[in-house]
Amino acid sequence: MNSWEFDLWVFMLAAFLGFELIRRVSPLLHTPLMSLTNAISAISVVGAILITGASDASMLSRTLGFIAVLAATINLVSGYLITDRMLRMFKKREPGKQ
Amino acid sequence: MTAAILPALYLLAAASFILAIKWMNSPATARRGVFVGEAGMILAVIGTLLRYEVVSYQWIFIAFLLGSAIGVPLAYLMPMTAVPQRTAISHAFGALASALIGTAEYYRETPHGFIMGALVLEMLLGFLTFTASLMAFGKLQEILPTRPITYKGQNFVNLGLFGLAAAIGIALILSPEQTWLFPIFVVLSLLFGVLLIIPIGGADMPTVIALLNSYAGLSASAMGFALDNRLLIVAGALDGSSGFILAIIMCRAMNRSFSNVLFGAFGQLQTTAEKTAARPVRSASPEEAAEILDSARSVIVIPGYGMAVAQAQHKLREMFDVLSRRGVDVRFAIHPVAGRMPGHMNVLLAEADVPYDKLVEMDEINGEFVMADVALVIGANDVVNPAAQNDKNSPIAGMPILEAYKARSVMVIKRSMSPGFAGIDNELYYMENTLMLFGDAKTFVASIVKELGALARA
Repeated sequence: MNSWEFDLWVFMLAAFLGFELIRRVSPLLHTPLMSLTNAISAISVVGAILITGASDASMLSRTLGFIAVLAATINLVSGYLITDRMLRMFKKREPGKQ
Repeated sequence: MTAAILPALYLLAAASFILAIKWMNSPATARRGVFVGEAGMILAVIGTLLRYEVVSYQWIFIAFLLGSAIGVPLAYLMPMTAVPQRTAISHAFGALASALIGTAEYYRETPHGFIMGALVLEMLLGFLTFTASLMAFGKLQEILPTRPITYKGQNFVNLGLFGLAAAIGIALILSPEQTWLFPIFVVLSLLFGVLLIIPIGGADMPTVIALLNSYAGLSASAMGFALDNRLLIVAGALDGSSGFILAIIMCRAMNRSFSNVLFGAFGQLQTTAEKTAARPVRSASPEEAAEILDSARSVIVIPGYGMAVAQAQHKLREMFDVLSRRGVDVRFAIHPVAGRMPGHMNVLLAEADVPYDKLVEMDEINGEFVMADVALVIGANDVVNPAAQNDKNSPIAGMPILEAYKARSVMVIKRSMSPGFAGIDNELYYMENTLMLFGDAKTFVASIVKELGALARA
């Protein structure tokens, strides 16, 4: 099997897995879900690191890579932190308030 | 040695992302999900830094530091009401990252065949999502006009532009050496992103944000194909399907199709449709409203975007507290498209410390309105408009609504009688059992709370 053929299989399975998982997420948490998946898609930092750190990187690709690492890191850091900040607010009962 | 460890790190990272999303299914496990997601990301970054191709570190670490210095305050200082804007801008960052990586990869390798195809897809989605998300950010932040902007032949122009961008993309796949085509391709993709959002109005934002989320993920996935990196493929596919499902849920909650949201320019058409003479409505003061609420046994609050604009959620929580102490059962009915992004109302009310078991979804609460003494509508309009069920010719016909009109009495907090986003009159306001509470949502709820306090002391 070609490498790209294999990659397509991986994509297909992951997409269906995603559908099944997301369908089960309570609508209550749709906003934190969106910021979590956004943080996860900051995985593009992997590609950005490979471009920026390559030994043969030209000035152009190093600059583009640098901006990409920066943008992905902002997403990664703020995405996880704000998701956690939101989730901390979801409480079942306020203790001692009733 | 490292050759065996690195793929294992990627594999673990992919597994943690899957677990992270799985644990989002309940508020009880969701924070664990974030933690495992962070762990996965750290594994992925370490696994990449250790690869033999990566030899120069200084720029990477400078970007890490700078990115964290921007990201941390962004996460902690951002007010919760600005979450839709933050989400839009983070889609822009994510899309920009993958578009730029695609660009760098193109100039470095000038690849052919399948890889070039993946790169073109990555850049097309990346660049258009970048500008589209910036536009969405501008509209949500109200830097740009929030009303949909339409002109004659708009859809023709948009589709034509997209067709042209796609055609040049295909030409690039067939002969990647034609580097002069590349800047044209980039500019067209960027321009298409801008034009795509121009006709989108505020009420369509939840769908559009979800769709942009999906595009950003798919772009990352396409990058995975170009770099032959399965971690990217999996993470991107998860993100892509997540955004896609949310967009479908939002569309269903408005009884509209994707193409209708993207090309329909809702709300522009009916602005002058209903210029009927002012019909009589009954209005009430905060005192009267407080008395009715106080004598109720069951109250259902229906928040909408107006609540977010007026920042009324904290006052609403105070009202919830007072009424709960007086033995009134208060619940919040959440329409899927209330607000500017999926789940917007839940986050705001949770921030105001409303317990989440009091936030009830549309399908669960609709059967309960008949038994409710009061339905209190605050800053919502179209999602409670009975025309969606009664009037076949209404622009919102068939849209699932919260059946507030079934409650014994209905109270609507509203600034004035101006129509809502869809520009349609709301039959609910003229019903016999409806009381209009005119005023700013926050001030009005505050007065109700004060009156309730007076009643409690009396």
